[in-house]
Amino acid sequence: MRSLKAARTSYAVTVYVLLTIGSLAFLFPLVWMLSTALKPDSQLFAYPPQWLPRPPMWGNFKAAIEYFPFWAYFRNSTIVTVLAVFGQVFSAAIVAYGFAKLRWPGREVVFFLVLATLMIPSQVTMIPQFVIFTRIGWVDTLLPLIVPSFFGGGAFNVFLFRQYYRTIPREYNDAARIDGASHWRIFWQIILPQSKPVIATASIFAFLWTWNDFMGPVIYLHSPKNFTLPIGLRAFQQQTGTEWDLLMAASLIVMIPVILLFFFLQRYFVQGMAMSGLNR
Amino acid sequence: MYTAWLFILPWVLGFLFFLALPIALSVYYSFTSFNVFQPPRWIGTANFRALSTDPLFWKALYNTAYYTFISVPLMMAISLGVALLLNSKLRGMRIFRTIFFLPSVLSGVGVALLWLWIFNPDYGLINLLLSYFGIEGPLWLYSPQWAKPAMIIMSLWGLGGVMVINLAGLQSVPEQLYEAARVDGANNWAQFRYVTLPMLSPTLFFNFITLTIGSFQVFTQAYIMTGGGPVHATLFYVLYLFQTAFENLRMGYASAMAWILFFVIVGVSLFQLAVSRRLVYYEES
Repeated sequence: MRSLKAARTSYAVTVYVLLTIGSLAFLFPLVWMLSTALKPDSQLFAYPPQWLPRPPMWGNFKAAIEYFPFWAYFRNSTIVTVLAVFGQVFSAAIVAYGFAKLRWPGREVVFFLVLATLMIPSQVTMIPQFVIFTRIGWVDTLLPLIVPSFFGGGAFNVFLFRQYYRTIPREYNDAARIDGASHWRIFWQIILPQSKPVIATASIFAFLWTWNDFMGPVIYLHSPKNFTLPIGLRAFQQQTGTEWDLLMAASLIVMIPVILLFFFLQRYFVQGMAMSGLNR
Repeated sequence: MYTAWLFILPWVLGFLFFLALPIALSVYYSFTSFNVFQPPRWIGTANFRALSTDPLFWKALYNTAYYTFISVPLMMAISLGVALLLNSKLRGMRIFRTIFFLPSVLSGVGVALLWLWIFNPDYGLINLLLSYFGIEGPLWLYSPQWAKPAMIIMSLWGLGGVMVINLAGLQSVPEQLYEAARVDGANNWAQFRYVTLPMLSPTLFFNFITLTIGSFQVFTQAYIMTGGGPVHATLFYVLYLFQTAFENLRMGYASAMAWILFFVIVGVSLFQLAVSRRLVYYEES
């Protein structure tokens, strides 16, 4: 009995030691980032480095924001993200209803086509899309980053919603149909209110994707007044060069919405990852 | 019937205008010389023939393969290891999970700038830590040998998502299987080898495919941190494609590159699928 207990303890100790080393390695970059962001210029290149900057320059955050048109970029990022997330989630929710709750000839074939589109890398379509958006005069506007989201919401989101709808019992639909409700009303008043977990999951993925997206903005946005935060940061980097304190402060500010969301909704982040992995 | 098509109408329109039409145009462009401002000019297979002798194309393909073949197995192995540790029923696992998971939801330009600073040869975090052990660190992103390894190290910081998928997979293995294995006298290794691995194999396979496809498309880090240098050491495939299309306006050539990428991805995925038939265990359901 004694040796069993000892084995269990040494197992626990091993696990804790390994996890502590690993999590220190994962935390170090963030600590380093915050430490740099708070440094006075004089301590940036000091050796040995000052891990706890003295005094901490909280003013660096303010200086970083004032160094570039932060609020304009923030506004553009917010417009794009809010509309793109709404468009993706809402249109995927509608489309998935057609695949999960309605029976029609050819449904399986068309759904297979939806999944098949996941195989096409975005690099194949990005050049013709750029040409099309150039022709209709949408280049250097936010529209190419927003409008496509409203058309289907992406195959992966349709898939997530369809899988979820299939767990909602058919009886809801049947009963509502007998009462004479239209499919649109069933979707709106019965199915959608029951779908909060998948709405949360899909919204989080769409948010992360849009907020962090760099390639889309770099292709479509050319004049600084239209920049989103990621290319704004890039422009900031090119201007400041080695002012790492300001650069790290600006990068942290751009990450803060993601970090906040992560801490408040971590459960949905975990669920979302698990769903995407287990729904193969 | 008519109602159903109304529901899927947004997808149908999106499919036609943002996918089917662009795909058709992309096929066409790949056989043309095209700079957006003048109409495309048909040149047959000239783009593909030029690519076959383009040293930068081969360099980009090599860089991307190198990155993928090292980064993906490392991510698979480390994320599985961390998930196994986190799956032990000890206290405080949620805090550790949060720490490993958080970096993976941060991505894009901010992360690239952070790692650019971390890899700074003179004042960066990594060479600082190395100097505590009396090691003089390499030039990292300024060195043709060390730039790709630096990008790979950076990619490992983002393995939290894969780790969470593995953890969910581990938690869905029925406890009875382990009990039955223990009754049969299986030790820890045997339980891992004959229960955990087979039950987790579909999850591992899913990660393998998605990670591979993802790392073939690596772009932002290289664009921000190195611009493809030094001496093209981090010129990854999609970065070269992007430069060809949007900096040199060689849309036809870049379209041909996009189709080659498509076939490489499909080929690699089919190969992985063929291998997985023998290695992945699917429950009857």
